[in-house]
Amino acid sequence: MNHATYSSLLELAAGLVILCAFVTLWRRSLSAIVRALAVQGVALGVVALVLGVHRHDVVLITVGALVIAAKGAVIPTLLKRVLANDSLNRETSPLVNVPASLVGAGALTFLAYGATRPVVALVPTSAGRLIPLGLATLLIGFFSMVIRRKAASQIVGLLLVDNGIALVAFLATAGVPLLVELGASLDVLLVVVVLRVLAVQLWSKFAVLDLDQLQELHD
Amino acid sequence: MLAIVLLAVPVVTGGVAATVTWRRWVGWLCTASLGAVLSIGIVLATEVVHHPAISAWSGALRVDALSAFMVIVIGAIGFLATCQSVRYLDAEIKSGRCSIRHATLYAVLVQGFISAMLLAVLAGNVGVMWVAVEATTIITTFLVGHRKTRGALEASWKYVIICSVGIALAFLGTVLVYLAALHAGNGAHVTLQWTSLMSASHHLNPGVMRLALALLVLGYGTKVGLAPMHSWLPDAHSQAPAPVSALMSGVLLTVAFYALLRFKAIADGALGVNFPRALFVTVGLLSLLIAASLLLSQHDYKRMLAYHSVEHMGLIALGAAAGTPLAIAAVLLHILGHGLAKGVLFLASGEILLVEGTTEIDQVKALLARRPALGGIFAFGLVALLGLPPFSLFVSELNMLRAEVQVGLGWAAAISLVCMAIIFGAVMSHGRHMLFGARPDGEPVHKTPSIVTVPLIGALVGCGALGVLAWPLDNLLRAAAMVVVK
Repeated sequence: MNHATYSSLLELAAGLVILCAFVTLWRRSLSAIVRALAVQGVALGVVALVLGVHRHDVVLITVGALVIAAKGAVIPTLLKRVLANDSLNRETSPLVNVPASLVGAGALTFLAYGATRPVVALVPTSAGRLIPLGLATLLIGFFSMVIRRKAASQIVGLLLVDNGIALVAFLATAGVPLLVELGASLDVLLVVVVLRVLAVQLWSKFAVLDLDQLQELHD
Repeated sequence: MLAIVLLAVPVVTGGVAATVTWRRWVGWLCTASLGAVLSIGIVLATEVVHHPAISAWSGALRVDALSAFMVIVIGAIGFLATCQSVRYLDAEIKSGRCSIRHATLYAVLVQGFISAMLLAVLAGNVGVMWVAVEATTIITTFLVGHRKTRGALEASWKYVIICSVGIALAFLGTVLVYLAALHAGNGAHVTLQWTSLMSASHHLNPGVMRLALALLVLGYGTKVGLAPMHSWLPDAHSQAPAPVSALMSGVLLTVAFYALLRFKAIADGALGVNFPRALFVTVGLLSLLIAASLLLSQHDYKRMLAYHSVEHMGLIALGAAAGTPLAIAAVLLHILGHGLAKGVLFLASGEILLVEGTTEIDQVKALLARRPALGGIFAFGLVALLGLPPFSLFVSELNMLRAEVQVGLGWAAAISLVCMAIIFGAVMSHGRHMLFGARPDGEPVHKTPSIVTVPLIGALVGCGALGVLAWPLDNLLRAAAMVVVK
């Protein structure tokens, strides 16, 4: 793979990651959002694959394949089961409307470019230049956790945060040591399982799926 | 070798509990396991206090004075909590709220929780430590939701969502530290070992380290319960079963703080003391202000105790900001003292909930007259927690304030004193309501079983003794402080 193909493939995949983050804000239907998330997971895995092939790093290629399997297939399947319980399946009452939240996400992307300047300066490679996209994905994830009220939307926000961090980790350091990388990926999977169990219990026992209904505990 | 045995004890106990299912003796076995953890912790401490650190599994596990101290904290409070777990599960099973299967799950999860915390403080590698801290979140989620009430499930949901985001930020911070180490340019082989990061700390890129430390403080700070990411804490600590609250509030918060202490030492090397100090002072003061303002209006005694944890975490963040050997030794003593006092109070509050059936402050009256032993324990626990002599929290708070004044943080010390005074007033008025008053006519004086009184009084005596005698901990505290102070 020559350098031009390498960097354009990398740009394409990283661009797809952030694009999917925007799509999750744009679409209201939770099943469309989960599809965007699956595409994002695959794009993230492709980033690792491209980096791995470029560096002739077998471990990184393996990690890329695992990421595609976990984030492109397993987690979306788990999420779909949560949605099957949800009769409405639409984010009806976000606190911020769609155009305004897209503008907000744009502003967060600028913020990400500003905040990562010292990091980009330290890694002046074609991969390093894309690091702000990872932080932007993380911030958009945060943002969507704050403005969305469905339990499932919060899981989506958490996954965006995690994908953003994974993107930064791949681009900046070509993956932290394997043990840690695997620990982190396994962890997301477990958190999603835990959240699914809780969502099912809340739904089946108390018919709660909107976070506004979680008002039992307050000061 | 001893470190491996230490980790194996709770893992094996959990395995036994899982295979033979819940019996009363399994409960006592779990208590014995924590007793073993505490004893091994003390042996390890005597070994490393004057000698270099012990490593096992080619550096994956590493015990220095600081780790050994944290093992003692985990062992001591864990011992108290597992002791009371037997009573909690007995009562739950008797009342039919909890099946044998559920009780088994509880026992296994508690042992898993202890193993994860031990791994976090023994890990020689920041990445492994991160995995262990995250594992505590996943395990404790089910413990928080153990009672399966709506409130408990709601608290678990908030807990796992907020802490997962927090811990994700800590992971990003760890990645950035690793990035800075990769580009440190001192030619050393780059690993995520504490030792290699510490020795490379002066060569780490300051711009990246600033961003990394901010993320780490925000991220691990979430698990510590530091503002502005504390909002899960009062819900989770008030909804969890009392022994779990005692473990979470008394130990888990400070295990996360242990991670911050280690990273602060690396950042001090890379950035100088000013930036880390500013960051710790900010989160510390913010936590104190929030705790002071929210404690005033509490009507639930378990939430009151939970906000009290936010206050104490703020205090140790301020102590860590000062960062002198005196300050860090005081922070560590405070970690142990707070753990014991808060453990006693949460366990006593579990007993109050069991016998009175409410967590409302208004509905609990005249405890001292009606239940002298339980009321007395609760009263002395509050006295300890509020930092009155002779308890060790008095000594540690005093030393932290002294250290803050010495390094020019007198203004922050003054603000923290004002917050402590407000909290003192608020807790005293809530406590007075619960404790004092006359026994209603015809109501007998209730006895509290010795399974409750003996361990809790023991812990209070220990907390008092630590405040009066510096021995046997002072050498260990000094050695542990030097691990994270240059």
